[in-house]
Amino acid sequence: MSAVLHTQRQIPDRLTRPAARALKSWEALLAVVAVAIFLLNAWASPYFLDPWNLSDASFNFTEKAMIAFAMAMLIIAGEIDLSVGAIIALASTVMGLAMTAGAPTPVLVLLGLGTGLLCGAFNGLLVARFGLPSIVVTIGTMSLFRGISYIVLGDGAFTGYPDSFAWFGQGYVFWVITVELVIFTLAALVFGVLLHRTSFGRTVYAIGNNATAARFSGIRVDRVRFILFLLTGLMSGIAAICLTSRLGSTRPSIASGFELEVVTIVVLGGVSILGGSGSIVGVVLAAFVMGLVTFGLGLLNVPGIVMSIVVGALLIAVIAVPRLWTMARAKSGKR
Amino acid sequence: MSILKSRETILALAILALLAAVASRFPGFVAPANLARVFTDTSPLILLALGQMAVILTKCIDLSVAANLALCGMVAALMNGAGVPLPLILLAVIALGAMLGAVNGLLVWKLGIPSIVVTLGTMTIYRGTIFLMTGGAWINAHQMSEGFKAFPRAVILGLPVMAWIGIAGIAAMALLLTRTPLGRAFYAVGGNPHAAVYAGISVGRTQFAAFVLSGALAGLVGYLWVARYAVAYVDIAGGFELDVVAACVIGGIAIAGGSGTVAGAVMGALFLGIIKNALPVVGISPFWQMAISGSAILLAIAFNTLSQRDGGRIILKKAEAAE
Repeated sequence: MSAVLHTQRQIPDRLTRPAARALKSWEALLAVVAVAIFLLNAWASPYFLDPWNLSDASFNFTEKAMIAFAMAMLIIAGEIDLSVGAIIALASTVMGLAMTAGAPTPVLVLLGLGTGLLCGAFNGLLVARFGLPSIVVTIGTMSLFRGISYIVLGDGAFTGYPDSFAWFGQGYVFWVITVELVIFTLAALVFGVLLHRTSFGRTVYAIGNNATAARFSGIRVDRVRFILFLLTGLMSGIAAICLTSRLGSTRPSIASGFELEVVTIVVLGGVSILGGSGSIVGVVLAAFVMGLVTFGLGLLNVPGIVMSIVVGALLIAVIAVPRLWTMARAKSGKR
Repeated sequence: MSILKSRETILALAILALLAAVASRFPGFVAPANLARVFTDTSPLILLALGQMAVILTKCIDLSVAANLALCGMVAALMNGAGVPLPLILLAVIALGAMLGAVNGLLVWKLGIPSIVVTLGTMTIYRGTIFLMTGGAWINAHQMSEGFKAFPRAVILGLPVMAWIGIAGIAAMALLLTRTPLGRAFYAVGGNPHAAVYAGISVGRTQFAAFVLSGALAGLVGYLWVARYAVAYVDIAGGFELDVVAACVIGGIAIAGGSGTVAGAVMGALFLGIIKNALPVVGISPFWQMAISGSAILLAIAFNTLSQRDGGRIILKKAEAAE
């Protein structure tokens, strides 16, 4: 029973499944968990069911989930990007510099998106063009991107963003529906269609299951990888705009630790960390679960660092429990 | 020719060039006494890089070392506050560190969870545990006994104990990797896991051993860190795991496992240590440190990967020639 023998990968399928099997799926389980946590929260705190509170609570996951959609595709393709938090820091710093120079809001937004794309392209170039392992590359760029923010800002901060810029992170489209929630929903739809309804999405699964076979069947593997890093950079740029707008300031430590939470959402969403399987629906549900858990704990006055213990334990548990389950079943089957 | 090509030689030359560049403006930097100070200052990084190296050799990665260090350091400070004698504290932190490493190792070995996921998770759990233990309180210099703080600085034969522990760690690790079955197993498991299984080596058990080793070293460094800086709180050594991985990558330890030397890991750590100590001397803001180590990781991984790459096979020689 060595680790080597565990490396079998699930074959992804979208075949129509009987209802009984669909109920057993990871996504169904997540949905049940999400509803359970929702009810538990409503029971534990009288303030939970207030629509404005719930709207505020959505900030717990919207920015991270935007990145998680792109990260899910990257992980399905067998790569990873640990530099997303650092990309946010760098994009936010670039926007801060432009703001200080008097740039108007549209320019700030373009710069945020552009910085995200450039950082993603840099990661993608190193991984896809030069064939370097993505874990090390993005650990390196994580230091590099955030390091540039530290060089620019030191222990200082950019504040005083224009009022019109505040719309992205603090604005409402109507009633309690925030701008970020709309961006999150649009991103979920776009990535859902891209991954599950286009040939590009199929190539992502193919690469994650067997990159060599994918290459032999005519898929331009390196180009797909590059595009995925580009998308992750772009989504980090969008998240940077939202986060900077919401906080109204830029510090070099902005969004530190985001990479952990983004990867946790993706893995919690049922995406195999070894690549090859997973769905956007799962990621959306996982984002809800994470958001509800952190918001519920927050209402109960649990400090942030204790929440991070919960997040870390959740990350390990969601992978460990199914494996323990199958191991236990295999054992009882032998008897 | 092969000596000139080896990664260790090139890294040694890079370190010498770095020292020469600093010395050209500040000759005092390369005085033996200052170099000894730099080595002492880098000892924690060297020790952690050696542990990380064992883990990376087996195709894993340990991102929880800094959190492990911080937790063990806090436990050391708390035990000292309770009046526990120093030798017992040392034993306790090494045992605790090994235990925390064993948790990582068991999850990787018994459940087959990828090490990056396991250690990303335990990283936050270990650091959060410090908060649970202390409620976020600091333990400051005046709350630590003199003996507790003095031990790493005590000078024996011209070098502080901290440096001697670094040297002992290097020697022990060199022996372990080149002269024992476990050391060979680390390389075998990383070089080709399937072949290792057929050779009778348990891949999971070997990875477990590497995590325990890395954890034990992190525990030891936890005490050294807290005693040296005379402060313990939740965020000590925050982000230090990246420096440790950087030291290994710069030292030419292949992230895919199975290849790397003790000399490489030590020089990788020294490279970062020299930069860190030289920056204030040269008058560059310490805020540059992060970007510089990031660039060093990228350069090192690019250099190592590209220099190892084989050219690939040309299947259609005629077509190739025709173009």
